[in-house]
Amino acid sequence: MYRSHVLVCGGTGCTSSGSQRIRERLEKEIAANGLSEEVGVVKTGCFGLCALGPIMIVYPEGTFYSMVQEDDIPEIVSEHLLKGRVVTRLLYDETTKTDKIIPLNETNFYKKQHRVALRNCGVINPENIDEYIGTGGYEALGTVLTEKKPEDVIQILLDSGLRGRGGAGFPTGLKWKFAAANEADQKYVCCNADEGDPGAFMDRSILEGDPHAVLEAMAIAGYAIGASQGYIYVRAEYPIAVKRLEIAINQAREYGLLGKNIFDSGFDFDIELRLGAGAFVCGEETALMTSIEGNRGEPRPRPPYPALKGLFQKPTILNNVETYANIPQIIVNGPEWFASMGTEKSKGTKVFALGGKIHNTGLVEIPMGTTLREIVEEIGGGVPNGKKFKAAQTGGPSGGCIPAEHFDVPIDYDNLTAIGSMMGSGGLIVMDEDTCMVDIAKFFLEFTVDESCGKCTPCRIGTRRMLEILDKITKGQATMEDLDKLEELCYHLKENSLCALGQTAPNPVLSTLRYFRDEYIAHIVDKKCPAGVCKDLLQYKIDPDKCKGCTLCARTCPADAIIGKVKEVHMINPEKCLKCGACMEKCRFGAIYKE
Amino acid sequence: MAEKKGTVPFSGTKEQEEALMKVIAELKDEKGALMPILQKAQDIYGYLPMEVQKMISDETGIPMEKIYGVATFYSQFTLSPKGKYRISVCLGTACYVKGSGDIYNALMEKLGIVGGECTPDGKFSLDACRCVGACGLAPVMMVNDEVYGRLTVDDIDGILAKYE
Repeated sequence: MYRSHVLVCGGTGCTSSGSQRIRERLEKEIAANGLSEEVGVVKTGCFGLCALGPIMIVYPEGTFYSMVQEDDIPEIVSEHLLKGRVVTRLLYDETTKTDKIIPLNETNFYKKQHRVALRNCGVINPENIDEYIGTGGYEALGTVLTEKKPEDVIQILLDSGLRGRGGAGFPTGLKWKFAAANEADQKYVCCNADEGDPGAFMDRSILEGDPHAVLEAMAIAGYAIGASQGYIYVRAEYPIAVKRLEIAINQAREYGLLGKNIFDSGFDFDIELRLGAGAFVCGEETALMTSIEGNRGEPRPRPPYPALKGLFQKPTILNNVETYANIPQIIVNGPEWFASMGTEKSKGTKVFALGGKIHNTGLVEIPMGTTLREIVEEIGGGVPNGKKFKAAQTGGPSGGCIPAEHFDVPIDYDNLTAIGSMMGSGGLIVMDEDTCMVDIAKFFLEFTVDESCGKCTPCRIGTRRMLEILDKITKGQATMEDLDKLEELCYHLKENSLCALGQTAPNPVLSTLRYFRDEYIAHIVDKKCPAGVCKDLLQYKIDPDKCKGCTLCARTCPADAIIGKVKEVHMINPEKCLKCGACMEKCRFGAIYKE
Repeated sequence: MAEKKGTVPFSGTKEQEEALMKVIAELKDEKGALMPILQKAQDIYGYLPMEVQKMISDETGIPMEKIYGVATFYSQFTLSPKGKYRISVCLGTACYVKGSGDIYNALMEKLGIVGGECTPDGKFSLDACRCVGACGLAPVMMVNDEVYGRLTVDDIDGILAKYE
C-alpha cells in the first residue's frame, strides 16, 4: 500500500514535452530517497491541459504541478514527497490566484467539465487492466452478458439518445438495431479510430488513456448485433495509442474478457487491430471498410448501407472511439442518467480539442448545450496577447466557422448545422483578428485536394477548381464572377460527390462566405487582405513620424529593399520587398506597419 | 506524392528478404492481409521499391497492379527512400494558425530541397504532415520520432545542428 501516488501524464502531448524522462527521473529520485515502498508512480493518459505539459498530480492531496522539467524532480521528491511541503512555484497558477490553493476541479478549466468518455483519462494506468476493473470496468459487459437480451441492450441505447460522436450524429441505437435485424452467418463490429481531422485528438486521448473502455463497448456491441469479430482501424500516426491497444487486447484475452465463452455466457468475441496508412478518406465508413479488406481506401456508394453489406459484404456496425467510450457508462448508470445531460436532441457530453489562438489548449469534455462563450472565455481562458476573438472553426475540413455573433448559441449537433458548421469529431480551433478567413478556406481546400481519393469526378476535379479560384482571390487576381463561380461549384460538389469528403469539402468556403463575405470582397475589389496575411496583397510601410533613422531595418532586410540615411526617415521599395516581415520584427520603435 | 528523387538502385539484403518471407507466411491467409504486409515490408526495407512489391506479389499471388495501387494510395507508403533523419512539419490546422507554414518554408530554404525530397547526401528528408495530435505544443515538427514543439523559425538551426 502506497501512502502517496504520483500520476504523470503519458499522453502524446506530455510525452512530446518529455514526460517519459521525467517519470524515469522521478522513479530514480524516489528510490534514492528510500521512498520506493511508500510512493507509487503511475503513467496515465491525458489530463486535458496539454498547454501546460508535462503535467503531474500528487495524490491524496491532489497537487497539480504543471510544466515540470527534469531538473525540478529532486526538489519535488525531497520537498513534497519526503517533507510534505508543496513546491508552490510549480503549481498551476490558476490554483494559486488567492492565498489559499484551490482544488483543481474548481479552476476555470475544469469547473464546467463533466467527464464521461474521459472519466478514466489521467486517473488510471491504461496499461493495467486491474486499474480499469478497479474503477468499475467490465461491469457493464458482465451485466449485459448475464442479465440482458441483445434487444434490451439496443433499447437502452435508443433510450439514452446517444448519437455518433464521429461527426454526423446518427443515433447509435438505431444503427445497432438495423444491423441486428439483418440475418447473416457472420457480422462485424468496427471501431473508427482513424481520427483524421486536423486539430482533433480526443479519440487518441481516449485510446491512450482508457483503451479498455473501447474494447468493453465493442464486445457489448458484438453481443447486441450478433457479431463475434471486431476490428479497430487506428491511425498508424498514433504509436502510443496502438501500443496501449495491443497491451489492452492481450490483457483482456488473458482475463477471458475477450475470446471464447466470455463470462460463461457462451458468447464469443475477439478484436483485431488494423493500422491505417495516412489517408484521410478512410475515416469515411465505406472507405474504412474497403481499407480493412486490403484495398485502396476508396468509398463505395450507399445503399447498401454497412448494416446490410459492410465489411467483407457482411452486416457491420462502425462507431467512433468516443461513442464507444460512453457506452459502458450508459449500461452501468442507466439511459435516464445519460439522457439527463445535454439538450433536447443531443444528449450527454462532448469532448472538444481546443486549439489555435487560445490560452488553455487541450482536451475538454462538457455537457452538450454549453455555449461557445463558456468554452472559449471561461474554460479556454480566452484569446492570448489581448487579441480579439474572430471565429472558431469546428468540424475540421468538413465543418465551418462560428463567428463571434453566435458566441451564445448552445453547442449541439443541430444548432451547429443550423449556423452552417458541424459538430465533426470535435476539433475546435480558435482564430483571432490576425487570421484571414479566405486563407483559412484555402488551407482546408488544399487539404481536401490532397486527400480526395480521386474516385468520383465532382470531388477530384471540383476541389481543385475551387482551390484555384481561392488562390486567385488571395493573390488579388480574382473578379466578382470568380466568386459566383466558386459558390456554384460549392453547391455542385455538395450535391454530386460520392461520399461525405466531397459533399462536405465546400463547407469551409460556404461558412466563411456566409459570415465573412466582406473579407472576400476586400481581396477581390480593394486588393487588400484585412487581416494582413495574404502576402501578395500586403505592403510594408514605414511611419515617418516614428522612424528614427537607426538603419537597423535596412541592415536586416534580406533584399536590400529599404533605403535611407542614418538619422533620416527610411523607406521601403515595394518592388524589391519580399514581404518577409523581418524589418517589422526588428524595429524597436514600432515604425513599420503592413496594410 | 510526387517522387522527385532520382531512382536509387535497390540494395536489399538476404536477411531483409528472409524477414519479409516470414511476415508473408504469417499473414497471407488472413483476410485483408495486404495492408499489414506492406506496413511490415516498409518497416524492413524503409520503403517499398518495385522489387519488394514484386516479391510480395509472387508470394501472395496478389496481382502487381493491385499492390502498386494500394502502395501509392496511402501517404505513409513511400516508393523512394527517405533520409537518415526524416523531418516532418505539422501543417494541421492548429499548427498552421500558429505559423508552422513559416517553419516549413524556412526548412526548405535551409536544406535546399522542397517538401517530399531528400538532401543529396541522404541525410535529411523533409515532408509536411497532417496533425500529429500534439496541438497543445503547436507549432510542431518531428525529426524521426522526436517531437519539437512551441517552435519559432529561430529554433531551426539549433535543431538541425543536433543531427549534423
